Amino acid sequence: MGEKMKLLLAAVMVFAASVHGGSELMADETAAVNPRGQILAFSCASCHGTDGKSVSIIPSFYGKSPEYLEMALKDFKSGKRYSTVMMRHAKGYTDEEIRLIAEYYGTVWQNNN
Amino acid sequence: MGQNISRRDFSKLLFTGAAGSALGVGAFSRRAGAANSRRVVVVGGGFGGASAAKYLKKLDPSLSVTLIEPKAVFYTCPFSNWVLGGLKTMQEIAQNYAVLKNRYKVVVLADTVVSVDGLKSTVKLKSGKVVGYDRLIVSPGIDFDFEAIEGYSKKVAESKMPHAYEAGPQTVLLQKQLHGMKDGGKVIICPPSNPFRCPPGPYERASLIANYLKEKKPKSKILILDAKEKFSKQGLFTKGWERLYPGMIEWRSASTGGRVLSVDSSAMSVITEFGPEKGDVINVIPPQRAGKIAFEAGLVDSSGWCPVNPISFESLIHPGIHVIGDACMAGAMPKSGFAASSQGKVTAAAIVRLFHGDVPVAPSLVNTCYSLIGPGYGVSVAGVYKLTTDGIVSIKGAGGLTPMDADDDQLSEEATFARGWYNNIAQDIWG
Repeated sequence: MGEKMKLLLAAVMVFAASVHGGSELMADETAAVNPRGQILAFSCASCHGTDGKSVSIIPSFYGKSPEYLEMALKDFKSGKRYSTVMMRHAKGYTDEEIRLIAEYYGTVWQNNN
Repeated sequence: MGQNISRRDFSKLLFTGAAGSALGVGAFSRRAGAANSRRVVVVGGGFGGASAAKYLKKLDPSLSVTLIEPKAVFYTCPFSNWVLGGLKTMQEIAQNYAVLKNRYKVVVLADTVVSVDGLKSTVKLKSGKVVGYDRLIVSPGIDFDFEAIEGYSKKVAESKMPHAYEAGPQTVLLQKQLHGMKDGGKVIICPPSNPFRCPPGPYERASLIANYLKEKKPKSKILILDAKEKFSKQGLFTKGWERLYPGMIEWRSASTGGRVLSVDSSAMSVITEFGPEKGDVINVIPPQRAGKIAFEAGLVDSSGWCPVNPISFESLIHPGIHVIGDACMAGAMPKSGFAASSQGKVTAAAIVRLFHGDVPVAPSLVNTCYSLIGPGYGVSVAGVYKLTTDGIVSIKGAGGLTPMDADDDQLSEEATFARGWYNNIAQDIWG
């Protein structure tokens, strides 16, 4: 069997496994989520809670619109909006990365609803 | 500062240390037989290991994930200084594995890994049990080099001069000693040389012990005998000490008499290049290296730490084994609980993609670390990291410290957010 064939076969099997075998969560995460957005967004969860559901005074993302989150992050980045630490974080991301993060948290909420 | 990584460099890194082994023929043909029973074993249930276990199951519930951690209750090092300062109780820094077990269906074994067989892909446990894996994640934290300081030992740490750099009985011992000390006593703190776990930790500790002393034993002093010439958040700490605890905390750099050569536990003294210093409470934090199992498994190089591929944290020594947290060398990232958790998530995502036959995405890594100087006086350091041809580097212009001219409102807000930080990161990892 050639290398290309093996890759193709593997890709097909992976696709089959994700559609057929996974639970709801797996299907959600693998079907609709941009993997780059996901890896960027995972960092945020440490302070803002898993899936953006905060259990403390730190704001939640869960249920907020991607448009709002994108605007907030861009305003932190430019300094237009006051923050203690968010300006220092937001400056580490390009506008496209900010869009992906905002889209991820919007998607997580939508997938659960 | 390295350049952004090109596709070609990324591919090169991906295949270093056979990180790409799972993309090879063997892995693919195996998949046909066992598509949905991929096994990941995680060694260590701290910030790194527990994050990796939870996020593996969150990303792919079909995986079989086993977490091996001997302790039923994990006391976090972050916020253990708050306990010393009388601002938190031990119960408030206790985490357990109930949610990982019950909600995320992680198999949690209360056991210790005694050896790793990389060829057979198995780990042997203290109980005698042997567990097989397709991918192994090792997150053992640190081990102490007790021999580096003459007169110091595990026994001395457990009786007279606690390090309290692993939270739990050591924290309780140090707290008990502080409570037993007379007013007008002297506390000596000896921080180690770099690299070590939680760079601002010893200085937050000095601050919060000062907070306790100021309230209960105001004539007492704190002397920091440092193995370094400078320390993390130094400007912010020094300013905070002058404002909150004037005259109480003295810091000596290595070259001005801070370097500790030996300790005498029966005389309760610390011997520096400039002579002995007697203390009523002595907190010696020894130099550190990767946790014991990393040595047993042969994952450590001559530095005492574990070299890893920065895309997936796969060991550069043993393919199929990933090392995260304090034990690994992660470029510009500090050895912190937050960094370990960030690495745990990146590793979980990379492993799931490798199992699915996909190439891992470029990692995004973050650190956020709060230090409390007084109950309403907090400072922070943030870092956002990316992968370049030089490895993991800080993104220029991002991150950094609380500004030196931050007003009282901001310092108070940061103290409030520090509390929020703890609750959320603990929930994101163990909850």
